[in-house]
Amino acid sequence: MRLSGLQRDVLSLYRQCLRAARAKPEVLIHSVKAVLTITYTNLQKQATRSHFKTFARSEMNKNIKIDKRDFAAIEFLLRKGRRQLEVYSAPGITDIH
Amino acid sequence: MAALRSSSRLLATASRSAFRPAVFTRSMATLGDATNDATPKNSSASKMKKFQIYRWNPDQPTEKPKMQTYELDLNKTGPMVLDALVRIKNEIDPTLTFRRSCREGICGSCAMNINGTNTLACLCRIPTDTQDMKVYPLPHTYVVKDLVPDLTHFYKQYKSIKPYLQRDTPSPDGKEYRQSKADRRKLDGLYECILCACCSTSCPSYWWNAEEYLGPAILLQSYRWIIDSRDERLSERKAALDNSMSLYRCHTILNCTRTCPKGLNPGLAIAEIKKEMAF
Repeated sequence: MRLSGLQRDVLSLYRQCLRAARAKPEVLIHSVKAVLTITYTNLQKQATRSHFKTFARSEMNKNIKIDKRDFAAIEFLLRKGRRQLEVYSAPGITDIH
Repeated sequence: MAALRSSSRLLATASRSAFRPAVFTRSMATLGDATNDATPKNSSASKMKKFQIYRWNPDQPTEKPKMQTYELDLNKTGPMVLDALVRIKNEIDPTLTFRRSCREGICGSCAMNINGTNTLACLCRIPTDTQDMKVYPLPHTYVVKDLVPDLTHFYKQYKSIKPYLQRDTPSPDGKEYRQSKADRRKLDGLYECILCACCSTSCPSYWWNAEEYLGPAILLQSYRWIIDSRDERLSERKAALDNSMSLYRCHTILNCTRTCPKGLNPGLAIAEIKKEMAF
């Protein structure tokens, strides 16, 4: 199927989100103390990368029902999504709920 | 007494700019139900006025923007549009969203399009005629909600002109950087700009080329730093503007000067930059 420009924009935003999620740490270590006490047996794994992925997916899913001809709404949501991506992709942000 | 004061203020400002709004004196923000001393006469007859206000809620993106009409009694409302908006928000519809802060035209938060003109709601008197008043957000901006525009790009552009003093040499006596009275006077009419974005968003050239053209407000600020006698990066500042888009998209439409709620003249500032670049 040939995609419209807007549809391609949405897909590329989703791809950018997934790519940004890949830049996040796979395992989050909260503090230096946690690093010191780590043993392989009691390592509490926190897969934050998957949190980011599920977040991106759920944000996309929220508006999945929007009519594909409702350009104004889609364009607004794209702008909103890009702004969110800009905020969440900052390296300082390590986890998301 | 109050009349005397305002007239003397008028005399003082009249020499500076003809564009400055004639009346600045404000007596009240919002009146309660009881009639205030400031409006003793015709307190019984109510003066109703309708306000049509642009509404759009980002939480329902599929709904189209609409105009919502509110009716207010002008006798119970302060004289400015901002007073009316605050009163609508307080008493009729708390979901109405707009930015406001200083209520005296010094912060630039309440810039909006009122009856077709970009201006500050806090400096715009409510006309006493019976026509409906129309209030929109600033034109050609992305709307965040209701009357709140997204000015991110505007602020990014402001950042790009490096709006701060750039010097390499310290001052001779190690104290503040001094300038002569004549040099200081060059900044008059420039430093008053509060970056409300009224001028930029009224400029058709900025509407079509907002990505690259800096727009009147930013160029006025740019000129403010170009002619500052204490700044030492003149050539760098000029080089940054030396392309076809940043500065030369100004076609002297002069909407900026007509609309500026502070009575400044961005059009003149841009012309001065062009002169500076030419010679």
